[in-house]
Amino acid sequence: MKLSSLVRSILLVVTALGPLAASAAPLRVVTTTEDLASLAREVGGDHVAVESIARGYQDPHFVEAKPSFILKLNRAELLIVVGRDLEIGWLPPLIQQSRNPKIQPGAAGYLDASEGARVLDMPTAQVTRAMGDVHPQGNPHYWLDPANGRRIAQAIQRKLAAIRPADASYFAARYADFDQRLAAAEKRWDAAMAPFKGTKVVTYHRSWSNLVDRFGLDVIGFVEPRPGIPPSPAHTFALMQEMKRAGVKVLLVEPYFDLKTPNSIARETGAKVVVLPPSTGGVPQAGSYLALFDHIVGLLSGALAGAR
Amino acid sequence: MSIVHRPFVLLFASLILAGSAGIARAQEPEPSPSPEPTPGPAAASPTSKIFNPDIAVIGNFLGAIGENEVDPRPSLDMEEVEIALQAAVDPYATANFFLAFGPEGAEIEEAYITFPTLPGGFLMKVGRLKASFGKVNTFHAHQLPWTDRPLMNGNLLGGEEGLADSGISISRLIPNPVLFLEVTGEVFRGESGVFQAPERGDLAFGGRLRGYRDLGEAVNVDVGSSFAYGHVAPGATARIVGFDATLRYRPLRRAIYRRFIARAEAAWRRDPGIADASLLTRMSRGAYLSAEYQFSRRWFAGARLDAADRPETIDESDKGVSALLTYWPSEFSQVRGQYRRIRYAEGPTSNELLFQFLFSIGAHGAHTF
Repeated sequence: MKLSSLVRSILLVVTALGPLAASAAPLRVVTTTEDLASLAREVGGDHVAVESIARGYQDPHFVEAKPSFILKLNRAELLIVVGRDLEIGWLPPLIQQSRNPKIQPGAAGYLDASEGARVLDMPTAQVTRAMGDVHPQGNPHYWLDPANGRRIAQAIQRKLAAIRPADASYFAARYADFDQRLAAAEKRWDAAMAPFKGTKVVTYHRSWSNLVDRFGLDVIGFVEPRPGIPPSPAHTFALMQEMKRAGVKVLLVEPYFDLKTPNSIARETGAKVVVLPPSTGGVPQAGSYLALFDHIVGLLSGALAGAR
Repeated sequence: MSIVHRPFVLLFASLILAGSAGIARAQEPEPSPSPEPTPGPAAASPTSKIFNPDIAVIGNFLGAIGENEVDPRPSLDMEEVEIALQAAVDPYATANFFLAFGPEGAEIEEAYITFPTLPGGFLMKVGRLKASFGKVNTFHAHQLPWTDRPLMNGNLLGGEEGLADSGISISRLIPNPVLFLEVTGEVFRGESGVFQAPERGDLAFGGRLRGYRDLGEAVNVDVGSSFAYGHVAPGATARIVGFDATLRYRPLRRAIYRRFIARAEAAWRRDPGIADASLLTRMSRGAYLSAEYQFSRRWFAGARLDAADRPETIDESDKGVSALLTYWPSEFSQVRGQYRRIRYAEGPTSNELLFQFLFSIGAHGAHTF
């Protein structure tokens, strides 16, 4: 009797709070990168207010742990991170100083977007720093495969629904809509890139593993001798020989790297330098996750077609 | 009898329940969020090492060429080996241990537990801590933008050891629409490079108010004022007040190639008069002004101006000027040269070339800004 009245009163409170929660202020979401922010907006719609810490045109490995970011995290109800050690150099002190129990690693308001994603370049042997800036937990640039974008969006949908159960059907509908638009766009991108399967390219940093895997390009070398290590003359010379031998015509560079070495490689080998933003917001045209791939596929297919 | 046993029965029953719940959970297949999930991060590392803390070892090798009669350094010196151990204690706290080994022996540089999310928005540290006094006092040797510490820290703030002591630190953000504002209050045993505590009640206290604001995405300012109070002799107390300001410029699109940082700190220290040592109440001042500029991916140039009174005497002060060049083969090592000229209060002037090899291995937690 007592128990059932308790249950009834809890139910009453819950049902009373349901509409309240639905009309509550947007859920405050902070993401580490603009790609995650765009996906969170796709799923969360106007029921979330999303801010990104890093800008799309900066190197996500080297973000400064500015106290203004502590303020963002202090108020956040959900933090979404790329994970795989991408943010290891700056995020842990920000989270610790946020004084926000909701977003601590392991808490309900912390989402590592890599958990359901397909991550490449997992080291199969012991890694050491002699190999450069190797990520022991796999390549953190995994958002550059649209299939992973879908997985991230799905993980965000589950997380948002868990935090705001009253909005679960809204988030599910938003996700379904995004899933459809993404599937239509993937057909378009796959078709645009299909003629270039097996084309050999060179990239500056190892940022593009998931992208080239998706579209079947073949990366035969990197401008960096080892990940995170700036170009050296000996390595650049060897790379140019290899590019001439393999007939590489396209060199992909992330926008935050110096173009001096890529340009001199291009002059020597006749390859074309393509500055390709790896993140949403990297250039104004790539303002959302879908627009990023439209931009990447447009630039890449244009450059590869021109190089034929 | 039954009263004694009931808690054990309850404990036993709950253990069985928890155990069976665990088994049930283990048997249930985890819902796979995607068609081809990759193994989680934990699966990548050998299980026996998962709970080991992040361990880093940092070597600081210093060399000196030239003349210095007042404060001579060895020609070549493996000055310090720092071992840093960091990990989460439980869901409520993290722990940091910094052990330093040098020619004089081993010491605990810092060792503390941090509770980052206490009720009321408080963050608490308990242990041996570097006091939150200004900027340089909180830096470990490898964080300094120079091979040495400014004269101000040597003369007024306890030298290499600095204001570091066993104690408790509590800080909180002060919400406001204009800037990042953080207030810190600290209480220490009272034994540090500056203070002495002959009696148990001779505690030392510290406080800091820090403000920070972005001026656009590339430029920001960071200002703070600090306070320290403690005993220096039986019944005699000293107090120090400090101000610091940092201006940073780092364009996001070229963050790995360019940055500029200007720093300034000043401190005023009031020491008591001691009758039997026929010392009067003394006021000493110290300050430095420093700048660093990164002009390519691996190169930094810097300069520093120094001035500091000697608190043990009256009207005596040291003045110095330094020029620096730093080369970074990677994030984990650096080679630094510093030309330093100091005019000491006693009269002699030193002219030295100091050089440093700094190198680290292992996993070192990111530094606070």
